[in-house]
Amino acid sequence: MIHLEKRPQPSQFWSLFTPVIAVVVTMIAGGLLFAALGKNPLEAIRTIFYDPLFGEFSFYYRPQLLVKGGPLILIAIGLSLGFRAGIWNIGAEGQYILGAICGAAVGLAFYPSESVFIFPLMILAGLLGGMLWSMIPALLKVKFGTNEILVSLMLVYVAEQLLASMSLGLLRNPEGHGFPGSRNFQDYPSGHNAEILAGTGLHWGVAMAFIAVIFAYILLNKHILGFNIRLTGEAPRAARFGGVNPTRLTILCMGISGALAGLAGLFEVSGPSGQISIDFNVGYGFTAIIVAFLGRLHPIGILLAGLLMALTYIGGEIAQANLGLPAAAIQVFQGMLLFFLLALDLLSNFRIRFAAKGAA
Amino acid sequence: MDLSAISPTLLIASLMVAATPLLLAAIGELVVEKAGVLNLGVEGMMIVGAICGFAVSVETGSPYLGILAAMAGGAILSMLFAFLTQFALANQVASGLALTLFGLGLSALMGQGYVGVKPPAMGTLNIPVLSDLPFVGPILFGHDLVLYIGLGLTAAVWATLKYTRVGLILRAVGENHEAAHALGYHVVRVRILAILFGGACAGLGGAYISLIRVPQWTEGMTAGIGWIALALVVFASWKPWRVLLGAYLFGGINVLQLNLQAAGIAIPVEYLAMSPYLITILVLVILSADKSAAPASLGRPFHASH
Amino acid sequence: MKLTKLLATAAVAMGLATSAMAEKTKVGFIYVGPVGDGGWTYEHDQGRKAVAEAFGDQVETVYQESVPEGADAERAITQMALQGADLIFTTSFGYMDPTVNVAKKFPNVKFEHATGYKTADNVSVYSARFYEGRAVQGHIAGKMTESNIIGYIASFPIPEVIRGINSAYIHAKRVNPDVQFKIIWAYTWFDPAKEADAAKALIEQGADVILQHTDSTAPQAAAQAAGNVVTFGQASDMSEYAPFPRVSSIIDDWAPYYIARTKAVMDGTWETANTWDGIGAGMVGIGEISDRVPADVKAEALAMVEKLASGEYHAFTGPINKQDGSAWLADGETADDGTLAGMNFYIEGIEGEVPN
Repeated sequence: MIHLEKRPQPSQFWSLFTPVIAVVVTMIAGGLLFAALGKNPLEAIRTIFYDPLFGEFSFYYRPQLLVKGGPLILIAIGLSLGFRAGIWNIGAEGQYILGAICGAAVGLAFYPSESVFIFPLMILAGLLGGMLWSMIPALLKVKFGTNEILVSLMLVYVAEQLLASMSLGLLRNPEGHGFPGSRNFQDYPSGHNAEILAGTGLHWGVAMAFIAVIFAYILLNKHILGFNIRLTGEAPRAARFGGVNPTRLTILCMGISGALAGLAGLFEVSGPSGQISIDFNVGYGFTAIIVAFLGRLHPIGILLAGLLMALTYIGGEIAQANLGLPAAAIQVFQGMLLFFLLALDLLSNFRIRFAAKGAA
Repeated sequence: MDLSAISPTLLIASLMVAATPLLLAAIGELVVEKAGVLNLGVEGMMIVGAICGFAVSVETGSPYLGILAAMAGGAILSMLFAFLTQFALANQVASGLALTLFGLGLSALMGQGYVGVKPPAMGTLNIPVLSDLPFVGPILFGHDLVLYIGLGLTAAVWATLKYTRVGLILRAVGENHEAAHALGYHVVRVRILAILFGGACAGLGGAYISLIRVPQWTEGMTAGIGWIALALVVFASWKPWRVLLGAYLFGGINVLQLNLQAAGIAIPVEYLAMSPYLITILVLVILSADKSAAPASLGRPFHASH
Repeated sequence: MKLTKLLATAAVAMGLATSAMAEKTKVGFIYVGPVGDGGWTYEHDQGRKAVAEAFGDQVETVYQESVPEGADAERAITQMALQGADLIFTTSFGYMDPTVNVAKKFPNVKFEHATGYKTADNVSVYSARFYEGRAVQGHIAGKMTESNIIGYIASFPIPEVIRGINSAYIHAKRVNPDVQFKIIWAYTWFDPAKEADAAKALIEQGADVILQHTDSTAPQAAAQAAGNVVTFGQASDMSEYAPFPRVSSIIDDWAPYYIARTKAVMDGTWETANTWDGIGAGMVGIGEISDRVPADVKAEALAMVEKLASGEYHAFTGPINKQDGSAWLADGETADDGTLAGMNFYIEGIEGEVPN
């Protein structure tokens, strides 16, 4: 009989190796799916995983990996700090929207004047917007003990309605012929989050994501706050005896994750996306949760997971256009990747023993 | 502006219909959460139920077989979640989100041949005399079978949780799985059964949309109702009758705002659409005084280490 | 059964792809929804299929569905251009800026953006005068209503939708002075459950004709359940609900335009254009008027279709006042395209306010 035995510590080896197995298993299962849809499975897998990196037009897709992965990484890094400490902010999507709305509102308020101070002000507004939105579940949790998972989730839907209202009302482009949506920041140099080096995909949001990875790595390994976060997650009781203040920790973790999500929203609206519109948010806040878990809540892992996720998005788009794969098939494929990853987590957390029944 | 154009009888009757998918999905999720499991994949299970029910109805010509297929579809999808969270001990939040992502994609693939197809109609139970009664007739006796199943299910879940041994075990598992395990209950087995029940209910709720309330198949047609169902369970503080009340409130706000608009009253639609979520948060805060409301083991993984 | 069909079509597609030659004209389409939405995107995809059918081996069509507006759209369009598309149709308003951005980078590729207003040397815009179809609907609706209450399910308060409401109202009022419009703003293009609820609310409040500017057939089903309510198909014909409750429809027929523009690219005659076509050019199709419409009404409606098509009659012909009573069009005067394109006001007689 198969018997699972919990490892005292997650296995280092399997933690590193299971994502690789998961990707391979997903390729096999996905290949079967694509074959069932009448597509050449090898070609489909190659299109998704190889073409964006090394294909004919990789010069264009490689920078796009950063554009797509940047916000995912930035948000996931913030979330991972809380997740490690058992603080579940799953409303990053809402904080992302609020960051975008606040940042854009500040930028649009200055339109059309030009100044070098406008963009930094927008960044500040985006950061504060996301942070304040995350403070609602945080404060309710520390004050009343309400469940932050549910409150933060509810606030996503409030934020979406607010976004619709803003793009049809207050922030609507007065020269937009009555259509919903704000002015485009790409046409407003002072408020535009342009690429730092043209053609590389590296805009300020991506730079910020890299900074966040480094910051989180140092925080978790060298700083007392990081130690407290890890301790709280792994041994809550010991943490309390050790003098960790849970209220402070909750506020900090929620605040940081909200701020980073808000920043991601601001960088997106002022850069790649360009404008506030009804459907401005495309689910980065939710996908980032998946990225955080894919990356094992580890900064480097999240960096890689974010890029992997971006790869499946971009490769999936190419497969759609070139092979005629339906968008839904790509979604199923991503779902599979997650399932296998989560299922294989078993290997890093448990030792599998084969034993006769009753021998244990 | 003409408020008299709104008929309270018809308003109540149609909000009952609007609330039913929500009620079904939320009652299922309530049982899951009572067992200590948080399944965020409700939306995914609903939409898979919606297409399974639709496809089978169209192929067989029987809406009742479709209903069964929808429940089976939702339950089968939930088995994935059960496997991940109960055997592989994967994180429940991530597994639930993955389930929704997967379910949305899968349903779209399955539904490719069913766009623009009209499903066989499921009639209302028109009971002679009773259905023709003024006021109570249309409200109480003029609906389809599934709506009554939803009401019956609410009562059954309430009674089971409150009066039966099964309910006691379920609650014990959700409150304190270590203690339940020590008492000799199979924590994992109970939870898996609860998850499957939740999946079947969500599937049924989805099929209610695709077969009765709309009826048609289109990709993504559940349009976020699964997420509202999650909110609803919390709003109801894990009590079946309050889920019913909440479903009617949530469903009612939407039906009411449409009716008010039709009557010529200008309302800020976006702000009204926010209100159910804001009210839910408020309820959460009020409830937090009562620490017993949420199942104590909600969302925590369990592994029987010897 | 469905899977076999899928496999069969896929096999055919693969066969075509392998025999593809470099001289083929490649036409790309970017869709905002899934091709299975049964409405807006579905009809654009029908247009794509018509192109593929019309030119056979000479063209290759590619598409990408459910592309979010914004950064993702820019990448999707760029990718098609990179992969050698000669002509790319971007079929949602929100693709406007991304289309213009990409077009700057690919001067040799032709771009066509639906419903927008920014053109360039290699960017055309095209849109349909759906309000012409609304005029026909309004006429039939005004004649057929017995309660004199017409329900209207609107999506978002944008000029396109407001124009439709005004056009329908003018023509309903003209044949039935007692007519009243009840308008519900659903704030969605696509949410079948909400559309069903909206239709029910209107029916319960006495509407016996429902006009919709949302894409699903949910209102049709609600009308059918109610029994005596008239509806019209929107975007696609929705003939599964004919002959009643659906008595006619406005069909988005992009096929003639897509075929003509593809042909122009193949012939090298493509030029930037700002196309706003209606019934005359076949971009707006009027679905068959069913026999449930009285013969005389049907004849009048068909006559109006005829006159709209020939240009003899304009749907916005004065005298028309704005809602506040101020004069907009003098007797015999017709509306200019600029005003119509940015229309943000109701005309006299409609109750309520345009939300913002």
